[in-house]
Amino acid sequence: MIAYVLRVLAKSAVTLFAIVTVTFIATRLSGNPIETFLGEGLTTEGREELIRYFQLDRSLWEQYLAFLRGVLSGEFGLSFVDRRPVTQVVAERLWPSAQLLLSSIALTLAVSLPLGVLAAVYRKSWVGSAVMVVAFAGYAVPNFILAIVMMLVFSYWLNWLPVVGNGSFAHFIMPTIAMSGVLIAALTRFTRNAMLDVLGQDFIRTARAKGLSELRVVLRHGLGNAGVTVISVIGLQFAGLAAAGSVVVESIFSWPGIGQLLVNAAIIRDYPVLQFGVIAVAIAVVAINAVTDIAYALADPRIRLAKA
Amino acid sequence: MASLADIVARPRRKGHATPDVVQKIALAVAALLIFAALFAPLIAPFEPLQQSLLSRLRPPIGFDRYSPWHFAGTDELGRDVLSRALFGLRLTLTLAFAGAVIGLLIGGTLGLIAGLVSGWVEDTIMALVDMQIAIPFTLVALLVLSLLGSNITVLVLVLGIAGWEQYARIVRAEVRRLSALPFIEAAWTAGAGPVYVATRHVLPNLVSPLVVQFTLALSNIVILESTLSFLGLGVQPPQPSLGSMVGLGRDYMPTAPWIVLTPAALIVLLTFSVQITGDWLRDRADVRLRER
Repeated sequence: MIAYVLRVLAKSAVTLFAIVTVTFIATRLSGNPIETFLGEGLTTEGREELIRYFQLDRSLWEQYLAFLRGVLSGEFGLSFVDRRPVTQVVAERLWPSAQLLLSSIALTLAVSLPLGVLAAVYRKSWVGSAVMVVAFAGYAVPNFILAIVMMLVFSYWLNWLPVVGNGSFAHFIMPTIAMSGVLIAALTRFTRNAMLDVLGQDFIRTARAKGLSELRVVLRHGLGNAGVTVISVIGLQFAGLAAAGSVVVESIFSWPGIGQLLVNAAIIRDYPVLQFGVIAVAIAVVAINAVTDIAYALADPRIRLAKA
Repeated sequence: MASLADIVARPRRKGHATPDVVQKIALAVAALLIFAALFAPLIAPFEPLQQSLLSRLRPPIGFDRYSPWHFAGTDELGRDVLSRALFGLRLTLTLAFAGAVIGLLIGGTLGLIAGLVSGWVEDTIMALVDMQIAIPFTLVALLVLSLLGSNITVLVLVLGIAGWEQYARIVRAEVRRLSALPFIEAAWTAGAGPVYVATRHVLPNLVSPLVVQFTLALSNIVILESTLSFLGLGVQPPQPSLGSMVGLGRDYMPTAPWIVLTPAALIVLLTFSVQITGDWLRDRADVRLRER
């Protein structure tokens, strides 16, 4: 088990290293990094500070090493907008993003698990078909269109929900649904497949044969076992999907989270913020993946033995 | 009864080649959209950039103040929404095809190499695949497009890199599966070289899974491209793309929703029809791809 954990951690470290390197290459690809990192209306003094900071008078290799040193010591530079450390700028946005993410995960679980189970149990009737139509639609409709259409109908036409902001419960409804669309599609599909696999197993027949109620068979023996697989998907696939979703949804609904911050930074070219934001989100995604891998192996000995 | 869900949920059936009703509709819609994109300059009633300040923000046909020939209404500069949407569709599809081809070339080549050469080469390629999966690609796209500027070349490269790992996984798995089959072994025994085996025996068998993956990738790339353009980081105005039309039309949504709804409807029609087509191809070719 320790060997497995170490391997997962080593893999995560390599991935993070690659992401950091990619961001470095991206910033240097764009030609003259002095111009790239030159904020609008920066003084000569600020310009010199940036040149010193990024060690632009050195060779590319030395710049790269300096960049890595900065990353390791948590120095990511200052925002062009208000000259504050980017770590601070991003940290302020953490809580709103987390709130939206948590409410989306709650909604996704509340909708997908029952739907996935229904679709598996009633796979031959219209119930199962209807559920899979919903799952299919969730894949095909991009989240920005879902968000825009909801905004049009519920805010502008019906006047039921506030357009933007994050003050009250009502503010959560549309962003949460827009974030959850694709997650619900993915998880419903996955829950259904995992349930179908489990329900075909011998121990389900045994459970039925010893006279357990169908509800107990499906929920306890079925979902109980399928749940392990399902949770691994939440960790592995959700992190990436949710990161992409929050970028779009937060900027549409002016949600003051990291996603909105990054889109704004990309548009006004606040590179230090953008660069750190990408690295921070990548760290979060890689960490969630690693934790999921390890948790999955703990829950299911077959995994760690197969991979060992 | 044939329904959309059957397509999604249907277990694989061999030789199930005839499309059902929903699939036929999807195939027809996909064909129609591709036709409309190809012949946009001939079909579009107006030039996509032609402004007409006298007929600004006119509603679509059937509403009051409808301005003749502007079937889907006009935008804030009096440009014809339908014409812009058709040209946007053309651009979106062009970008999606180019991106999917680039992804196919990168992923296919690496997958082929990983399948044929074991050892550290394969390990390195598969590690790259794992990394690509772990990285939230939309964020990398934001960074790259912001740094390099949103020109079409950069955008196409970003869209191409977005999905290469899917091809690599499929090709490698197929190559591995095929290598163990008797006819490949027979070819080796008969004295065929690696290049001959790869081109004559392996590649022909890769066509179906790759066609299926290509189709599914198209719809993913359409979504990524329109998302980036919607955020203002993809196709730049005044050139219309479906995503940027939705993004720019947001400001007029309360009074002129048709500016947003027309391109939005086209995007959804496109992704739906292409995905159903991909699923149909998958059934037809009887290939099993990994669940996303």
